[in-house]
Amino acid sequence: MATAKDRAAPPAALNDDIGEQKRLELYRTQVTIREAEQRAYDLFLQNLVKGTSHLSLGQEAVAAGFAGAMTKGDLSFCTYRGHAHTLARGVSVEKVLGELMQRDNGLMRGKGGSMHLTSVDHGVMGSYAIIGAHLPIACGAAWRAQYKGAKDVSVCFFGDGTTNIGAFHEALNFAAVWKLPVVFVCENNLYMEYTPIGDVTAVPQPAADRASAYGLERIVIDGNDADVVYRTAQAAFAKARAGKGPSLIECLTYRHSGHSRADPAKYRPEGELDRWKLRDPIKIYRERLLQFGVKEKTIADIDAQVRKVVDDATEACKAAPNPPLDIITTDVYADGGWAWRN
Amino acid sequence: MAELTYRDAVIRGIAQEMARDPDVVFLGEDVAKAGGVFKATVGLFEQFGPLRVRDTPISEQAIMGAAMGAAMTGLRPIAEIMFSDFFAVCFDYIANEFPKSRYMSNGQVKCPLVVRTGNGAGSRFGAQHSQSVENWCMMIPGLKVVAPSSPVDVIGLLAASVRDPDPVIFLEHKSLYATKGEVPDGEIVDKLGTAKIVKPGKDATICALALMVPRALEAAEKLKAEHGIDAEVVDVRSLVPLDTQTILGSVARTHRLFTVEENPRLCGWGAEIVSIVADEAFYDLDGPPVRITTPHIPLPAADILEDAVLPTPQRIAETVRRSLGS
Repeated sequence: MATAKDRAAPPAALNDDIGEQKRLELYRTQVTIREAEQRAYDLFLQNLVKGTSHLSLGQEAVAAGFAGAMTKGDLSFCTYRGHAHTLARGVSVEKVLGELMQRDNGLMRGKGGSMHLTSVDHGVMGSYAIIGAHLPIACGAAWRAQYKGAKDVSVCFFGDGTTNIGAFHEALNFAAVWKLPVVFVCENNLYMEYTPIGDVTAVPQPAADRASAYGLERIVIDGNDADVVYRTAQAAFAKARAGKGPSLIECLTYRHSGHSRADPAKYRPEGELDRWKLRDPIKIYRERLLQFGVKEKTIADIDAQVRKVVDDATEACKAAPNPPLDIITTDVYADGGWAWRN
Repeated sequence: MAELTYRDAVIRGIAQEMARDPDVVFLGEDVAKAGGVFKATVGLFEQFGPLRVRDTPISEQAIMGAAMGAAMTGLRPIAEIMFSDFFAVCFDYIANEFPKSRYMSNGQVKCPLVVRTGNGAGSRFGAQHSQSVENWCMMIPGLKVVAPSSPVDVIGLLAASVRDPDPVIFLEHKSLYATKGEVPDGEIVDKLGTAKIVKPGKDATICALALMVPRALEAAEKLKAEHGIDAEVVDVRSLVPLDTQTILGSVARTHRLFTVEENPRLCGWGAEIVSIVADEAFYDLDGPPVRITTPHIPLPAADILEDAVLPTPQRIAETVRRSLGS
């Protein structure tokens, strides 16, 4: 029988509901995203990452926490800021960097590019570059699960700016009316591209303050604490799997870099970035691990292993050939080709 | 064999495919309990139940997106967009999502869905409920685009569209819903990408689509009866894939080409056909190819105005007669 003293005790550290193994996984995922995104930026400066890229530096905990709570078969729908969510589902750094570098070893062999990372085998059902488009698509995948009696959840990630486009509102209403097993995750990083989200939105919390319009609970969480994200995700997934419908979760976070590679983010007030860096998700999580008794060496080993993975991936991508020209006309149609006439 | 309306053919086509494959599901505005604003889905809700035939809110983006997400993950959805004019409010899915997901993902993502829609003029609804928008779709790589003109083609091409592994835009003509035609009993499955010579002839080829097919046929009868001109009428049926061989073969026999388009003039599908024939069969032609279209205007609502701008059998026959110099 539990005594009053036991009940008053703090959670049993690493062996609480999350546990040591999951925490080390959440840490590794965040560090992998951090290192891969930083490398993508460095490679861009060397003119080896082409096109555009939208980094998730500073937002790693959202991707890690949600992916950590997903099981095989759950589906991710991402935006053009989708590298983090793709990596978090287990897609290799080489495949992601290869696509950013537009090489033949890329995830889609250079046919999609940074904004469209897709790995169906990992449940990454696409990264969508038209704001809002994928919310209804995630509803459709969830409809299929509902119709088939499958237990998978469709998880749809988007930024704060998405909350002001029509598809967001259509999808929220649709999902609520049909009670679909879909979880909408707003990463509120305070800026829609270059403009503060508060300057262009009628309510303080762009996602959560709209939830009541669709009969949903108002949920705002610390998106820089992977434990908080993980627990929130678990609760939303359990609700979805139980047939109790969608959730809308607003994660407060901050991007350390500009909107895209073209943006130096000079619109930010002085000191804002520094303040958020004190709440860097990886810093928070490293301290959490130490606090729970994980050895410095264990953490350092993970850091070193991830660094090596990213280094090896970089070298593999630099050595990889360009995509062959014969894929230009493949996979326009399901027959593998592009014929529109006989 | 039974006589069926174009409207009832839509119902029979959907029912045939839903009965065959439990993965075929159907969603749209007013399609379930109300049976559709054109009554082209009456009875499906009762036959297949609320899990497979679903009413949606007025949310065209949600309809299109949901169809895509379902298609990507294993279902075979049919989505209805009530009027094809409304494609403009969900065009992202038509232009950016359905047709590009397979290509951008290097073949990983599939999108086997059908979007049915009421297309075309003749109902006096004005410029936002009467357009022929097939060209909006034809220009996008990755889509297939179909527009039947008869009840039997509705069933056969709808079945082929549902079974097709690519996204298909299926354009039903509003002014044809009440028309009738003979339809064989049993399962009907046609083939996409096939045009049909609906009236053979030797003096001129008239390519038409949807409502323009019966009008071209009436024109051909007039040409024969009044001027002794024996026109061949080709129902194009499928803009993508486009059956150029049937068209080129017809022009090789008749040596003259006319296209009859309900859509406004610029960038119409007829221009593409004329271009192909000019490129590949120029020396088969005995005269310039001629496009008969609606003028490049928004459609007026009043019956007398609308009738004045759509190609009519009289205008088609007169254009062909004048061009042939008879």
